[in-house]
Amino acid sequence: MKWAIAIWAILCKDMRTYYLKPPNVSWGIIFPLAWTGMFFIKSAGEVGSIASLLPGVVAVSILFGTTSMLAVTVTFEKKSRSFERLLLAPLPFELLMLAKTGGAILFGVANAFVPVIMAAFLIDLGGIVWSIFIPAVVLVALASTFLGLFIAVAVSEVFEAQTFSNFFRFPMMFLCGLFFPVEQLPSLLKPLAYALPLTYGADALHGAVRGAHNLPFAVDLAVLVLFCAGLFALSLWNIRRNWIL
Amino acid sequence: MSADMAFAIEVRGLAKRFGEVAAVRQVDFAVRPGELFGFLGPNGAGKTTTINMLTGLARPDAGSIFIGGIDCVKQPRAAQHLIGVVPDESNLYPELSGFENLCFCAALYGIGKEERQRRARELLDAFDLTAAANRKFGTYSKGMKRRLTIAAGIIHRPQILFLDEPTTGIDVASARQLRMLIGGLRRDGITVFMTTHYIEEAERLCDRIAFIVDGRIVCLDSVENLLQPVQNKHLLQIACETFPGLPQELAAAFPDLSFSTEGNDRLRVEADGPIRVGPLVRFLEERQIEVSEARRIRPTLEDVFVQVTGIGINSMRKEKTGGGRS
Ligand SMILES: Nc1ncnc2c1ncn2[C@@H]1O[C@H](COP(=O)(O)OP(=O)(O)O)[C@@H](O)[C@H]1O
Ligand SMILES: [Mg+2]
Repeated sequence: MKWAIAIWAILCKDMRTYYLKPPNVSWGIIFPLAWTGMFFIKSAGEVGSIASLLPGVVAVSILFGTTSMLAVTVTFEKKSRSFERLLLAPLPFELLMLAKTGGAILFGVANAFVPVIMAAFLIDLGGIVWSIFIPAVVLVALASTFLGLFIAVAVSEVFEAQTFSNFFRFPMMFLCGLFFPVEQLPSLLKPLAYALPLTYGADALHGAVRGAHNLPFAVDLAVLVLFCAGLFALSLWNIRRNWIL
Repeated sequence: MSADMAFAIEVRGLAKRFGEVAAVRQVDFAVRPGELFGFLGPNGAGKTTTINMLTGLARPDAGSIFIGGIDCVKQPRAAQHLIGVVPDESNLYPELSGFENLCFCAALYGIGKEERQRRARELLDAFDLTAAANRKFGTYSKGMKRRLTIAAGIIHRPQILFLDEPTTGIDVASARQLRMLIGGLRRDGITVFMTTHYIEEAERLCDRIAFIVDGRIVCLDSVENLLQPVQNKHLLQIACETFPGLPQELAAAFPDLSFSTEGNDRLRVEADGPIRVGPLVRFLEERQIEVSEARRIRPTLEDVFVQVTGIGINSMRKEKTGGGRS
């Protein structure tokens, strides 16, 4: 109960001070809208291509929405030393970090549904396997949040966090099978694609939306879970090692 | 090593280095429950590093730390619920109001909504911040920020409070108000571990004081005991123009007195017996030095500090300007 109060307070404070601030809300909506609009216009309203673009646009919306947030909630608070206040709280460290990333995860999930809602006006979404789509969205949000956390913890300046996350984000857009299949990548890059969590997320999303996936859903989701656990553990280890001097 | 519950904080052989710098070396001390313990030393002495190790924000290289009987080296976060920490720089959230900041800090300790709002209002009142309760913390003055930071450090009613240089960098009036608040905390039964580089502040507030210089405690005792050796000293302060070499000239003429300068307009005279003012003034006036005032002063902890550490008071004073001495 005591921990629940603390976690809820951290979550609410981050939502209020960071996520629900006008620039972030609009960023969170406009960004997916822009992506979606751009791709959907390019596909000239062809029903088949909207369905094939939707998974990629959903994944990109999540990736950008989540990773950009951690630079503020973690790197900035570390720099301004208010993070010390959290480290002093009588709360297990793991729960503290989950509370700190919870806002970004929810923000990412919310971002994912902006393109979905837009697509709903253009095509029939009846074919989507929601029981796969929703867990995939949540896991992609978790994995990209924890990737953002990993980056946010590894640097000391906010701009570094932003630069460094672009270093991951842009290659991932092309390597992870968001917009064209991993099978079409040069054979040298294929192993790299399978080393990135988003590849599995994109595969599951493509499968859920239009039945086209390379790996069984169970494998996609299980690998995502492993990535989440690994990145989270690595980030915590980094904080313990580098921030508690 | 066993935990002795007679102490709120017990530290043995504490050491920490940062690369080449030995920030804290072999520090031992124990703080009794309800005591206001002062950690006094110049800038860079290792005060903040010690607080960080005691509160779990830094890992000691060696030594043991017991807080409320809990072994904090083995379980670094196990004593968190017992302690409150007020860092040397205010680290509350600038976007939140004073009231929201306090409520958030209380929530981190699992205090329910009604209770935390009640405590926040109480503290805002006690710390004279009610009028600013709904203003963003970012708009507060330095003194107000420091007061709210202290309020945030005690809202969960810790048994032990760590205060890192609470009056550094704020104006004189705020510093005086803060010292009154800190005195009040002790009366409420909170054990306070406070660092400072203001000697008078430590003398006025603390029950016991540890002098820390270069990461080592050079002296630790109650204010009364510390003052004992200088109690019988006779001190005289003469207001006059001084110049380098004057103390030596005087010492040659008055061998049983010792002389030093404070700034360039004060001369300090020390002796083990009563000092005769007449010959001194005549000596100075013969050298065309005008004496505007001569008065006897009470020996203070400064004198002890100089004696024990060999550090000049001026080097202590020039640390961190803008300080809140009054
Ligand atoms: N994170 C750090 N990295 C390197 N050196 C440090 C660090 N923190 C403190 N120091 C050094 O340790 C010494 C003690 O510092 P500190 O504990 O902050 O002193 P105080 O609080 O008494 O002014 C200083 O020489 C300081 O430069
Ligand atoms: Mg310090």
